[in-house]
Amino acid sequence: MKKYENQGLKETRAGFGNALTFLGRTNQKVVALCADLKTSLFMDQFSQEFPERFFQIGIAEANMMGIAAGLSIGKYIPFTGTFANFATSRVYDQIRQSIAYSYKNVKICASHSGLTLGEDGATHQSLEDIGMMKMLPGMTVINTCDYNQTYVATLAISNHLGPVYLRFGRPAVSNFTDINQTFEIGKAIVLTEGKDVTIVSTGHLVWESLEAARILYEKKGIECEVINVHTIKPLDDDTILKSINKTKCIVTAEEHNYWGGLGESIARILTTHNRSFIQSLVAVNDTFGESGKPMELLKKYNIDCDSIINHIQFVLSKKNKL
Amino acid sequence: MNGRYLKDLCIQVRRDILRMVNDAKSGHPGGSLGCTEYFVALYQKIMHYNPSQFSMEGKEEDLFFLSNGHISPVYYSVLARSGFFPIKELSTFRKLNSRLQGHPSVHGGVPGIRIASGSLGQGMSVSIGAALSKKLNKELNRIVYSLHGDGELNEGQIWEAVLYAGSRKIDNYIATIDYNGQQIDGSTDEVLPLGNLKKKFESFDWKVLEELEGNNIEKVINILKKAKNETGKGKPILIILYTQMGYGVDFMMGNNTWHGKSPNEEELKKALSQLPETYLGDYSL
Repeated sequence: MKKYENQGLKETRAGFGNALTFLGRTNQKVVALCADLKTSLFMDQFSQEFPERFFQIGIAEANMMGIAAGLSIGKYIPFTGTFANFATSRVYDQIRQSIAYSYKNVKICASHSGLTLGEDGATHQSLEDIGMMKMLPGMTVINTCDYNQTYVATLAISNHLGPVYLRFGRPAVSNFTDINQTFEIGKAIVLTEGKDVTIVSTGHLVWESLEAARILYEKKGIECEVINVHTIKPLDDDTILKSINKTKCIVTAEEHNYWGGLGESIARILTTHNRSFIQSLVAVNDTFGESGKPMELLKKYNIDCDSIINHIQFVLSKKNKL
Repeated sequence: MNGRYLKDLCIQVRRDILRMVNDAKSGHPGGSLGCTEYFVALYQKIMHYNPSQFSMEGKEEDLFFLSNGHISPVYYSVLARSGFFPIKELSTFRKLNSRLQGHPSVHGGVPGIRIASGSLGQGMSVSIGAALSKKLNKELNRIVYSLHGDGELNEGQIWEAVLYAGSRKIDNYIATIDYNGQQIDGSTDEVLPLGNLKKKFESFDWKVLEELEGNNIEKVINILKKAKNETGKGKPILIILYTQMGYGVDFMMGNNTWHGKSPNEEELKKALSQLPETYLGDYSL
């Protein structure tokens, strides 16, 4: 089983900010907007180097989305930055009408998604944003897993014509993907190959899934096929179907409510392709979060490495009975 | 283009509005009739644009954004009669497979339309973004225009945008408020009084112009020219344009029940008799 090395803890959002600065230097059409969260999104460097192309909108997210749509009409490529909750639920109608329905080339970049925002609690956590954004026709939805992947994803979406939702987290997490990786929108990445169970994971839970797979292999010889689904929409049906045809069972893992999340999208693939294999969803069970440390929250809401292991054992037990 | 032509065009646009809304059995005639002079003045005498080769970007062109999208009939009629798409296409308004959706959209690529509107309050932000892109592109003489309903000013996003445009000196932008004093549930004074709008915008660092005769084509042209002369002076510009909902049809004038109701056959006949067909002609059904 392929092993992944933790290159050290690093913030995913820093991957966004640093890539944005690189884009500022290499693409004159890239502009950035923020709603009084420049530092949180690591947009300081961009704002210093390219003051003409940086727009501090103030605490006015609706206005920010509209201004971004307007800038895109002049062939600029706007990147908006704020927290996931304020980037989606607060401005859903603005995104729906002025960006998605109007086919505008706006990149909605959202930090502090999921539970791992931590101590700020439910008002600032976002467990619904994937669902909201994937339901908008034409919207591309990306959820990256670590610093390096966020960096390359930020570069990749600048070349994609159309609205994109790019979701990433707040804390420093294990940085394990290759900085020289190619990032292909809509293409899932098979991280480890295995014959026993498919684990489809996104965001911070990709590393937890790899850990779960490692532990199960070392302790019980179970071979997990871990797939990193960084693009939730469009979803890479082929890669997932290929894997599940081999393993016959699947666990999905995400830092999101299970209503509307990646797990539901995977269930759609299974039903539309008439595959009645057992699926188990690691996701937040239809509740708001609370204050706490990121890892404590993953544990309390049953979406940490141990929970993934439990779900894997559950689907394996079902599979053996089938 | 003489005054006679513009007056005839206003009459034909009003006939288009009434016939479109009647034919679709739905739509918003009141505000559309009230804004006819504004649209005719803007597209015939003020804006610089290229209707035969429409591009989304509109490089080196002036841009217009309709924020109160429900008055789409007047927008579609004036776009068609200004050369953006065939006049006969007006007969498809609000019907299946038409580009002319109930509220404006870029669906099907309607030439002349750059953003969807209908959910209110979003057009000023979009206009500011477009104005910023004109500045970035060094299109120094090009202006962005937008139109808003007075009732639309209830929306909070408008005030986010008003604050931003004033603070950031977006001075290549002319917003107009269609001030007819009516919204769906009654007068603006009943639903949510706007107070002293001029003072409010001025305190947000806007230059404010007012025109009391918003249904007088010469006066509307003049106020828009005046506004143009105010661009480039460090302030966004607002025109408060006093209009009459339903203007041109006596039983619709100033009556908010005609905000979103289509006239039946008899009402259509009566309305059209007050606006006799000109040499510009009706569109074919």
